[in-house]
Amino acid sequence: MKQDNPNEILNDVTANEYKYGFVTDIETDIIPKGLSEDIIRHISQKKGEPEWLLEFRLKAYAYWKTLEMPHWAHLTIPEIDYQAISYYAAPKTKQAPKSLEEVDPELRKTFDKLGISLEEQMKLSGIAVDAVMDSVSVRTTFKEKLAELGVIFCSFSEAVKDYPDLVKRYLGSVVSYRDNFFAALNSAVFSDGSFVYIPKGVRCPMELSTYFRINAANTGQFERTLIVADDDSYVSYLEGCTAPMRDENQLHAAIVEIVVHDRAEVKYSTVQNWYPGDKEGKGGIYNFVTKRGMCKGDHSKLSWTQVETGSAITWKYPSCVLAGDHSVGEFYSVAVTNNYQQADTGTKMIHIGKNTRSTIVSKGISAGRSQNSYRGLVKVLPGAENARNFTQCDSLLLSSDCGAHTFPYMDIQNDTAIVEHEATTSKINEDQIFYCNQRGIPTEDAVGLIVNGYAKEVMNKLPMEFAVEAQKLLQISLEGSVG
Amino acid sequence: MSAVQQYIDLYHSQQNLIADHSSPVMNALRDEAVALLESRGLPTLKDEEFRRTDIESLYAPDYGLNLGRVNIEINPYEVFRCDVPNLSTLLYFVVNDTFYAQAQPAAGKLPEGVLAGSLCEMAKQYPQLVARYYGRAADMKRDGTVALNTAFAQDGFFLYIPDGVVVEKPIQLVNILRGNVDFMVNRRLLIVVGKGAQAKLLVCDHSDESSVRFLASQVCEIFVDDDAVFDYYDMEESSENTAKVASVFVRQGARSNVLVNGIVLHNGVTRSNYYSTFDGEHAELSLCGMGIVDKEQSVDTYTFIDHAVSHCHSNELFKYVLNDSARGSFCGRILVRHGAQKTEAYQGNKNLCASPQAKMYTKPQLEIYADDVKCSHGATVGQLDQNALFYMRSRGIPEAEARMLLMFAFTNDVIEQVRLDALKDRLRQLVEKRFRGELAKCSGCQACR
Repeated sequence: MKQDNPNEILNDVTANEYKYGFVTDIETDIIPKGLSEDIIRHISQKKGEPEWLLEFRLKAYAYWKTLEMPHWAHLTIPEIDYQAISYYAAPKTKQAPKSLEEVDPELRKTFDKLGISLEEQMKLSGIAVDAVMDSVSVRTTFKEKLAELGVIFCSFSEAVKDYPDLVKRYLGSVVSYRDNFFAALNSAVFSDGSFVYIPKGVRCPMELSTYFRINAANTGQFERTLIVADDDSYVSYLEGCTAPMRDENQLHAAIVEIVVHDRAEVKYSTVQNWYPGDKEGKGGIYNFVTKRGMCKGDHSKLSWTQVETGSAITWKYPSCVLAGDHSVGEFYSVAVTNNYQQADTGTKMIHIGKNTRSTIVSKGISAGRSQNSYRGLVKVLPGAENARNFTQCDSLLLSSDCGAHTFPYMDIQNDTAIVEHEATTSKINEDQIFYCNQRGIPTEDAVGLIVNGYAKEVMNKLPMEFAVEAQKLLQISLEGSVG
Repeated sequence: MSAVQQYIDLYHSQQNLIADHSSPVMNALRDEAVALLESRGLPTLKDEEFRRTDIESLYAPDYGLNLGRVNIEINPYEVFRCDVPNLSTLLYFVVNDTFYAQAQPAAGKLPEGVLAGSLCEMAKQYPQLVARYYGRAADMKRDGTVALNTAFAQDGFFLYIPDGVVVEKPIQLVNILRGNVDFMVNRRLLIVVGKGAQAKLLVCDHSDESSVRFLASQVCEIFVDDDAVFDYYDMEESSENTAKVASVFVRQGARSNVLVNGIVLHNGVTRSNYYSTFDGEHAELSLCGMGIVDKEQSVDTYTFIDHAVSHCHSNELFKYVLNDSARGSFCGRILVRHGAQKTEAYQGNKNLCASPQAKMYTKPQLEIYADDVKCSHGATVGQLDQNALFYMRSRGIPEAEARMLLMFAFTNDVIEQVRLDALKDRLRQLVEKRFRGELAKCSGCQACR
């Protein structure tokens, strides 16, 4: 019987058939492989960019050339040949679509398959979606409705054309092109992404969402998201991602920059489900992303929630710079690794302003032969009076061949700070399984229950639609509650 | 010239002098050590594990080394101030890095077969015994400081407890630093505890309150065989001009029980590395330490516990109290290897920042490759509880006294780990004195008000 063999059940629970591995046969405009100044000029020209943006790219490229790929993470990364990647691939469209009918039917089918039917989203759930395929934004829904409130939600390239001042002011203000290797690379070659601006005092009435998909082979995805929340505003932003199954590895090096002004609040949720590679660890996406938010204003708040289930290698640290007094940073994360997946993820909380607070809750689940690391920094600068941090990172081990690691860093330079860190690592408690069995719950369901309960603290922070998807991703049957 | 080059040059020019004043067993490792030093150098601030202590600048000054083993006139009993009341110990001295043979307990006081004394002399008398252990635990590839110590160490302390022997009396080793010029010492401790044997070793470091700068490099290797019990207490009470770079390597056999307790009461710069490996199952390690650091002092601890086999238990607790512009750093790494099931490993690092300029860096790390384990770590940085302080003041306890009491209570957890009652009492006294001494000194000072 199934429940008599816990290993088999664990395998079942963790065996995750990748549902999104299809390839859409769509005409794609790909530029030749390789990276050079000419390629960057070519990308810039293709997108009809102004001169200042091209200069920004070239500066970043010149800086990138001086850098070497970092190797400090607890990851085994095969050599990446940056000349073998095509840095621009776009679904071919004659003109920007004005209505849904004009969107390529193949493309619409793709997004239907992903469960983010653009039409349905528009009609039913009331979520504004910006769909990005192979680094180019293909369609943004609900734009007009948002415009009434003054909310700008559009693709990055549109923003460059329509709101150059805003973009110029905030681009690179949180993640400079000199920040790190991948930030420099992205700054040089980024093709598109989303831009959000919430004006003063506006509470964005719907969730804003971006769906990223890599479709073409041998390409990398380098998108850029820039979110600016002006004084007293609020926005909840969702991000999801998928990619086809391919034998070779593909690189995804994105940048997310968030600026939060006085009393504003931004909630950023990610369900990351890039193709993780097959059971032997072949293929999959390298997800090397720089995400950072600047709580610039007093009483501002930024909350990161992430559910990481995909990618062959995940390497990212969504961070908060708490510059404004009384600002709040939060980080909630569930990272699941299986088979040969590797993850080195966590967060950075930089306390600069007075009375700043941060909370970190990280849950790692490792199965198969995967390696799952939490790495986090809590830094309290001398001026950050009364800073407060609480960190909790737990790891759950589901097989004897996997690894779970925690590398927290705490740099405290102010005596009024209170910083706490707690971490535990364990496997599923046999007593708990036994208790469930006793009550007639089969082991299979019990494991699901326990894992679900374990991740609940983070899942609860996700907007409902995403929570459903995330829980499905965790391969866990829902118990009782919705969302 | 880089800091390391002067030592390499010194070694090449004084090779014979060093060898003549040491023993063949110790000389055997020198060439390899220097070759490693040449190829890898000393750790720099860019090395992840050494980011908070600038090792190169500690080694950079032109220190004097007593390579010719010139006799230093000293009466250790005069310098030695830390006898433990109600605790009679077997007392040994190492002056700088030379074993002081003139003052040691009568031979009959030790149980039969126990060897204690100069490492250099023992290595000459029992070359096979010493060679079996010397340099076997202290991995020179770990970092340049261990290689440098191995290249220059000429003497130190050797302790051998044969199988099944229980040494009831604690053994005390007093390290005294004395010099008229800036001085570097390379000390070496080698401790072997046989199967089922038991012993306690108490090491304390002292230096003159002088303007002379000392750099004390110490490498201690501890081999604890199956079923043995061993306590190692290391107490640092030197001057602000003293820098200490110490590495302790522990190898534990099956079912052995080891306690390592490192206490820094007073020192300039302290860098301590603790490396522990479990070679046999069902072994237990308790690794703890505390530091009271103020002024410009800094204490930096790195621990690495290697759970190489299953069913072992480790418990780690480090506590620091930081005052003035002191800097504290803790990096604890626990590695549970693939297959080391049923491991239990706990790690705690708690720190008290009592002044605005004090800085604390802490990095508790877990690296786990086995699933049936219980591991946890916790780290906190905070201040004294204002409510507790207020409560005490409302009961008529002056603020300074209340603060002292709370700080004392904070460090008491580590003292509680000591398995010798008389030493516990003595440590409590010393800690209290330390807190009081500083408070008394500062009560009138403008900056501390």
